[in-house]
Amino acid sequence: MADYTEMWKSLGIDVENHNALLAGLGQAYTDIFLSQKNRPEGMKYFDFVVSEVHGLRIKEIMDAKAQGKKVIGSYCVFVPEELVLAVDGVAVGLCAGAELGFEAAEELLPRNTCSLIKSMFGFKLGKLCPYVESCDVIVGENTCDGKKKAYEIFRPLVKDLYVMDLPQTKSDAGRLMLKEEYRKFIAKLEQETGKKITVQSLKKAIETVNAKRKAMIRLAALRAADPAPISGLDALLINQVFFHDDPARFTDSVNKLCDELETRVKEHKGVMPKGTTRIIVSGCPMAVPNWKLPMLIETSNAVIVGEESCVGERGTRWLTEIKGNTVEELLDAITDRYFNVDCAVFTPNPSRVNHVKEMAKNLHADGVLHYSLQFCQPYIIESGPVEKELENSHIPTLRLETDYSQEDAGQLKTRIEAFNERLKKK
Amino acid sequence: MRYAGIDVGSRTVKLAVLEDGRLVSSRTSATSHNPLGIARDLLKGVEYDRAVATGYGRHLIKGHLDCPVVTEITAFVRGSRFFSTECRAVLDIGGQDTKAISLDENGNLKKFEMNDRCAAGTGRFLEVMATALGFTLEEFAAAALTAQKPEKINSMCTVFAESEVVSLINQGATRNDVALGIHKAIASRSAGLLRRVATDGKIFFAGGVALNPCMRVLLEKETHRHVIVPPDPQIVGAVGAALVASDPL
Repeated sequence: MADYTEMWKSLGIDVENHNALLAGLGQAYTDIFLSQKNRPEGMKYFDFVVSEVHGLRIKEIMDAKAQGKKVIGSYCVFVPEELVLAVDGVAVGLCAGAELGFEAAEELLPRNTCSLIKSMFGFKLGKLCPYVESCDVIVGENTCDGKKKAYEIFRPLVKDLYVMDLPQTKSDAGRLMLKEEYRKFIAKLEQETGKKITVQSLKKAIETVNAKRKAMIRLAALRAADPAPISGLDALLINQVFFHDDPARFTDSVNKLCDELETRVKEHKGVMPKGTTRIIVSGCPMAVPNWKLPMLIETSNAVIVGEESCVGERGTRWLTEIKGNTVEELLDAITDRYFNVDCAVFTPNPSRVNHVKEMAKNLHADGVLHYSLQFCQPYIIESGPVEKELENSHIPTLRLETDYSQEDAGQLKTRIEAFNERLKKK
Repeated sequence: MRYAGIDVGSRTVKLAVLEDGRLVSSRTSATSHNPLGIARDLLKGVEYDRAVATGYGRHLIKGHLDCPVVTEITAFVRGSRFFSTECRAVLDIGGQDTKAISLDENGNLKKFEMNDRCAAGTGRFLEVMATALGFTLEEFAAAALTAQKPEKINSMCTVFAESEVVSLINQGATRNDVALGIHKAIASRSAGLLRRVATDGKIFFAGGVALNPCMRVLLEKETHRHVIVPPDPQIVGAVGAALVASDPL
């Protein structure tokens, strides 16, 4: 890796702590990812991306900024990348997947706050995330109550926080509200960049993002094969890189990987032996570098074949239909696409569990592991009915509640292994 | 053929040996800071053809004794069926963990729940509370059984509960009533965990806390279900592991 110290300094990064973070991340990556057997060749690109996630990618973003482009950061799949690309902006997902800077975060937030929110503050307060520091605008979204209130405290910490409101019901009023929020967001983007969204720019942006999602849908479908052609850890990593990488290059790399996986499937080659227990992970998102649970699962003689998560199918499975010849009509299409997202903040939210059932069937899963972050009320509360519904449909389900710490790794491993023992008995 | 099961728990290491489907010997020892050494000591002079490890330290044992592992959950399922073919639910309250497990009619693992990472309501919790009241564990259970009316204990966090106990004693509550209150709190929490996995059927009560006679009485009251306590509830996991070792390869 080149020396990026000057670039990080110019962004206001705490270089010493950041070096320690990168060293820890590098070690974890070696232990968790590079130690896997039978990895596809195509993963080399993603290994490279991770090795340069705070380096080369940030340099590209800084170069784009030097050319006058604006960088828009976000924390949620409800923020449409299409709109950012349509004003020639750079869209980046922001860091929130590690237990970093929690002491500082707890000076501003209650201790009993979910790790995702605490981590968002931790990365900012610890000056550890070059993505946050390079943003011209950070978009917050009122998904859960935790985030909604946390953004009030977050606002003075960053240069420009733009908060988007979100509906909580799948009603006509809810859809209208989402569309209005997207309309306001367009105004904000146009004001920030000095560029107007046109039918042409928006169509092009939708095509770019659709292509990216199509590649992810293709990848998701290939995992139905037994033996699984790719590990769940690697697939999760690709879903995580989805939020950071240049969209066109990312799409190309995922498609290349899928070509290789198709060959593997034809040749019945996989990362683990045929007949390995197949698990779907459903629930809260796993931001980089939150790899604890998948690592525990895949070192317990099981393979993850799907992620029903915002960092997973909930973020990728719908495309935006390119219909209409006005920005207004295209905005309708975008609203329709995003209004499908079955986040647990919606009430009621039946399509989510239906989708898990569908995934279990299509991907030939043996069981579902429901993952909730501690203090994430929407997902924890929904986990009860989800478990009940899945078990009633003869899909064995294990509910786990955890955070970003490692202190419960032993107990989680026992539960996961016991769940696998239950599945093998079938 | 002789089969050994080693259950390395957080507080106790247990060994059980089966021959021709019969339990021929068992040993237990405190885990200490050296679980591997304790396990080796327990195995000294013991002859067996195959062994399986379970419990907290199973992966440690696996690395050193080159034997397969099975989780405590499966080990307790198998072990409970060895002692009782009619139970459909297992409650294991060990040193650090409480597990509630349900079994299907063939004795297969159906569903399980565990306490969270904290040792609230487990054996360790009882030990700390007994000490806070100046009892040995035996005295503690006996005192609870003779109590008049339980003092309500609200917290299941060991440290909070300890201060609650101190404050109750300072308000003039009797040691026996506080002791009963603590037992009731654990019984009620365990019953809740059990209801989440199985709402009816006999309960097989295993693990070190099943040695406490007051806990069994309270569990029956709390669940309105029959509670079976085996002669040596601590070795159920080790017996289960030995049964797994005896499975055809």
